[in-house]
Amino acid sequence: MSQNEIVTDAVIIGAGPVGLFAVFELGLLDIKCHLIDILDRPGGQCAELYPEKPIYDIPGFPMVTGQGLTDNLLQQIAPFGAQFHYNRMVNTLEKLPDGTFRLTTDADEVFLCKVVVIAAGGGSFQPKRPPVEGIEAFENKSVFYAVRKMDDFRDQDLVIVGGGDSALDWTLNLQPIVRSLTLVHRRDAFKAAPASVNKMKELVMAGKINFLLGQIGKLDGVDGQIDHVHITMDSGDLPVPATRLLPFFGLTMKLGPVADWGLELNDNLIAVDTEKFQSSIPGIFAIGDINHYPGKLKLILSGFHEAALMAQAAKATISPGERVVFQYTTSSTKLQKKLGVV
Amino acid sequence: MKILVTDQDGAEHELEGLDGWRTMEVIRDWGLNIKAECGGACSCATCHVYVAEPWFSQLPPPSDDEEDLLYSTLDKKPNSRLSCQILLNDDLDGMQVTLAESARRDP
Repeated sequence: MSQNEIVTDAVIIGAGPVGLFAVFELGLLDIKCHLIDILDRPGGQCAELYPEKPIYDIPGFPMVTGQGLTDNLLQQIAPFGAQFHYNRMVNTLEKLPDGTFRLTTDADEVFLCKVVVIAAGGGSFQPKRPPVEGIEAFENKSVFYAVRKMDDFRDQDLVIVGGGDSALDWTLNLQPIVRSLTLVHRRDAFKAAPASVNKMKELVMAGKINFLLGQIGKLDGVDGQIDHVHITMDSGDLPVPATRLLPFFGLTMKLGPVADWGLELNDNLIAVDTEKFQSSIPGIFAIGDINHYPGKLKLILSGFHEAALMAQAAKATISPGERVVFQYTTSSTKLQKKLGVV
Repeated sequence: MKILVTDQDGAEHELEGLDGWRTMEVIRDWGLNIKAECGGACSCATCHVYVAEPWFSQLPPPSDDEEDLLYSTLDKKPNSRLSCQILLNDDLDGMQVTLAESARRDP
């Protein structure tokens, strides 16, 4: 059982743009938040799928990139001191007899809170399985999609496949401790920080790592332990001796455990009303791409609107009977104090 | 203009296409089984289709990003493309595409 217990007003599942803005709307109503996200950083799809791509339909921003929007939102919500928990997936969510909620994560934490806001977008990001027949048999034994403990790679013969930041970062980080390292990418151009690419090329020049231009073919090995990774190159098939394989083929979204929480779903989306954006379980709200209601548009701006209305309803749940005076940030010194601007 | 789409179960659909739209958007708009999870950012490969000739040869060649993504699918064929990267125009009237298994939405 887990032992890291965190008590708060609201838990927001998902730190994408809509989850981040929920911190702002809840914060204006004095509701303290913890955010949980499966990625290692805020921004959700904006950070993972299109950090550099321009977005043209955020009100007030003729153009902003996914990363730019994320950075601005982080600045906007900074006064509210929300706490972020990255690299975690919420496994269970249950309503307790007293009407509060208990969540558990795969990092062995327990969150106790008064309201839950699901802002999980398209679900949780999971690594994509590379197009290699039979790779399942080796997964989590000698083939990994993430590095949990660097020590698992010490003195191993490692093959890393991919041309993005993950592939390059782990090439640089693991090179000093492995026995051998081969980086494989299907072309000689990388979508990674130029400094990392340069460092990697220096290691190749120095003979400390190998770089192969090709694609991953089949895997040889027994009982989940690989011994060779076949690389398909222009010159033919090259079996590379290997005891560990790290393929980085990007991430894909799966609904994940949300499906098991007893919420009414509509085609894998959480059904909500359009006054409170509340799910079929009172106290659990769903905003952004993960919800469904008649006329729903999957736009970031719709999620922002949903966050504002959700926050009013969340306040009524947390402080029943308390009169909530609707105020504007332009004129209310009370709100301005919360924002730290007066 | 029209495009002819064969879904993963072999059913054929004649869809009204719009000049300037992405093929993915038309397929998604008509409710066929296409995941298209990144929404057209050329960042996933879940709008993967096979394009029949003569249309395949008429398309502008794929970018390096698109090629990388196509190589990440299990069911790539020589006429594979990401449908979010196929902008419709009148020259593509009647284009026949088949949805790849890897474009299916989650069950």
